[in-house]
Amino acid sequence: MMLSRAIRKIGEGKRLSPEDALLLFKSDDIFMLGRLAAKAAEKKNGDRVYYVRNIHVNPTNICVNRCRFCAFSRSKGEPGAYELTIHEILEKLREKAPYFDEIHIVGGLHPDWPFEHYTKMLKAIKKEFPYAFIKAFTAAEIDYMQKISGLSMKEVLIKLRAAGLDLMPGGGAEIFDPAVRGRLCPEKLSGRRWLEVIREVHRAGIKTNATMLYGHIEEYRHRVDHLAKIRALQDESLQGKKGGFQAFIPLPYQPKTEIGGSAPSGLEDLKCIALSRLFLDNIPHIKAYWVMLGEKLSQAALLFGADDLEGTVMEEKIAHMAGAGTKEAMTEEELKHLIRKAGKTPVRRDSFYRKIDEAAQKRSA
Amino acid sequence: MRLRKKEALKLFEKEDLLTLGQMADELRQRLHPEGIVTFVVDRNINYTNICINKCRFCAFYRSEGEKGAYVLSEEELFRKIEETLAIEGTQILLQGGLNPSLDINFYTGLLTEVKKRYPSINIHGFSPPEISHIAQKHDLTLRETLRILKGAGLDSIPGGGAELLSDRVREALSPRKIKSSDWLQVMREAHRLGMWTTATMMFGSVETLEDIVDHLDAVRSLQDEAVLGNKGGFTAFIPWTFQPGNTELSHIKPATAIEYLRVLALSRIYLDNVKNIQASWVTQGLKLAQVALRFGANDFGSTMLEENVVASAGVCYSLSKEDIIDAIKNTGFRPAQRDTHYNLIRYF
Repeated sequence: MMLSRAIRKIGEGKRLSPEDALLLFKSDDIFMLGRLAAKAAEKKNGDRVYYVRNIHVNPTNICVNRCRFCAFSRSKGEPGAYELTIHEILEKLREKAPYFDEIHIVGGLHPDWPFEHYTKMLKAIKKEFPYAFIKAFTAAEIDYMQKISGLSMKEVLIKLRAAGLDLMPGGGAEIFDPAVRGRLCPEKLSGRRWLEVIREVHRAGIKTNATMLYGHIEEYRHRVDHLAKIRALQDESLQGKKGGFQAFIPLPYQPKTEIGGSAPSGLEDLKCIALSRLFLDNIPHIKAYWVMLGEKLSQAALLFGADDLEGTVMEEKIAHMAGAGTKEAMTEEELKHLIRKAGKTPVRRDSFYRKIDEAAQKRSA
Repeated sequence: MRLRKKEALKLFEKEDLLTLGQMADELRQRLHPEGIVTFVVDRNINYTNICINKCRFCAFYRSEGEKGAYVLSEEELFRKIEETLAIEGTQILLQGGLNPSLDINFYTGLLTEVKKRYPSINIHGFSPPEISHIAQKHDLTLRETLRILKGAGLDSIPGGGAELLSDRVREALSPRKIKSSDWLQVMREAHRLGMWTTATMMFGSVETLEDIVDHLDAVRSLQDEAVLGNKGGFTAFIPWTFQPGNTELSHIKPATAIEYLRVLALSRIYLDNVKNIQASWVTQGLKLAQVALRFGANDFGSTMLEENVVASAGVCYSLSKEDIIDAIKNTGFRPAQRDTHYNLIRYF
């Protein structure tokens, strides 16, 4: 059997082919997939499950793209459209300071903000909160910044870094397949362009994540294609010195959007986590994003290959406007409790997956 | 091979979630090889929230005269039933508090009137604490009480009020509620009268693993009796988790998803004589309820057109019939609407 060959490969520590991944996706033996993926996760991360004290900031929902799976974006002047000034962003952060180690910033492609607005934003944040790492801007935003600035990609990245950007999230990848992508988000940068941008980002020595939006209109083969492209790019990036993907984050589609339909089942979510862990042998972490999965599924995902539970988040808008029924924040205690009840060891991490030793921190304080 | 209590304890302590899940899934498949997942279209009607039991985990009850206390009028009740019939509902789940002002004539009147107007609807009503309350008020035996209610139109009895069948746990959570043996006795008498009932278990509060296994064992033993008596019995077992929000016990951390799945799986493994196990989307949410279908559950419960009790504790997942059909389809199972007795009515 082809499937048993794929399973044997995993046992021997060999890399799965796209064909193997497709067979595994089609299997409904979730127990086998869970066990294999949990083993793979354990090999990489032991019984550790990471979380970060982070805060999400979405500077604006005004966006020149109108992706059909997005319920967050607005056109300028439309009811519900908002844009935060840099001052307002700082105010928001002050409310929660100093209880975050990472600031996550993603937003719409604003038609009027010049590139300098973004560097100013980063500088102002870094100046006031130097202890937190700034994880900001998806490939879609970076691509847009290059266009509006007229600079080369390299220059854009140098300026962002100089302004305070430490690493990048993995959004905007959605699903790479051009036909599916064309139906989901025709205005957004292409899958090929996403990969190009991230390649340059990695070359510039910047670490990122990668995502995949699944469970809408795509088929398993599109997921496998997506995973294969991510893995190939990571192979390339690891040849270089510093950049690369730190975590892969499968994002389940939220149905309260223009596309409608229903969300992928909880079983499908667990399968997607497991397959991501099994296929992406060169990416250290698989994240169960509780904002979209819900805290219950995220916890179950820890037994299906995930080793990262995102973080405290503190305020989330994008998924919630698409109907995510989860809360907008989790406390560190809640995160730790979920992890411990899964039989794992919670590790508070920084943006680069280094353990934050609270005792040492207190001593130095 | 039937599991003994000790073996169940050992199994639960030793095995991981995936092993328990796979065992439960295989048993579920053996009992339900058709790949069908059922649900019932019904409405939860709470005829009163006035209750003398004041359980510490309950955010729904009120005292008599307290603000928000109510007894549903007949008009409201009939309107709710008509709305249920309009969406092809087959059952009403009629439950309420232990209201000291209501006597047995209230209940029989209600049943007779409902059956007269809506003969097709199944009245799934009055959990054991209510039955026991009515019996005590009128100094009747449980059997007489059940016979009177059945005669007036009561079709089947929901398994609520079982909570955790351990008197130590009950003392901590619901000291005024009937004891374990009383709950079991109501069900025993109902089964003897040929009635079908369900059994529930609310876990994740202050119980131990031994308590959970004792609970499962009590349900299994009573079902053995019912099977021997060859009359009624339990149609289904429904484990759910304690929801501490807005209650006196809100300091207790609710059971997590993994704990829910483990207990669900153990229930399927232990209860070899109860055919159906329900997933609890009301307490676990849609996605975990879908996962539950591979961890022992074969039924998605009810559409719960109206749910007040769990919602009072701050948990409000709400789903339409279409949502439920979609949710089941998305897991690869075939959805089918059933009646109270698990007869299939319609495939989707």
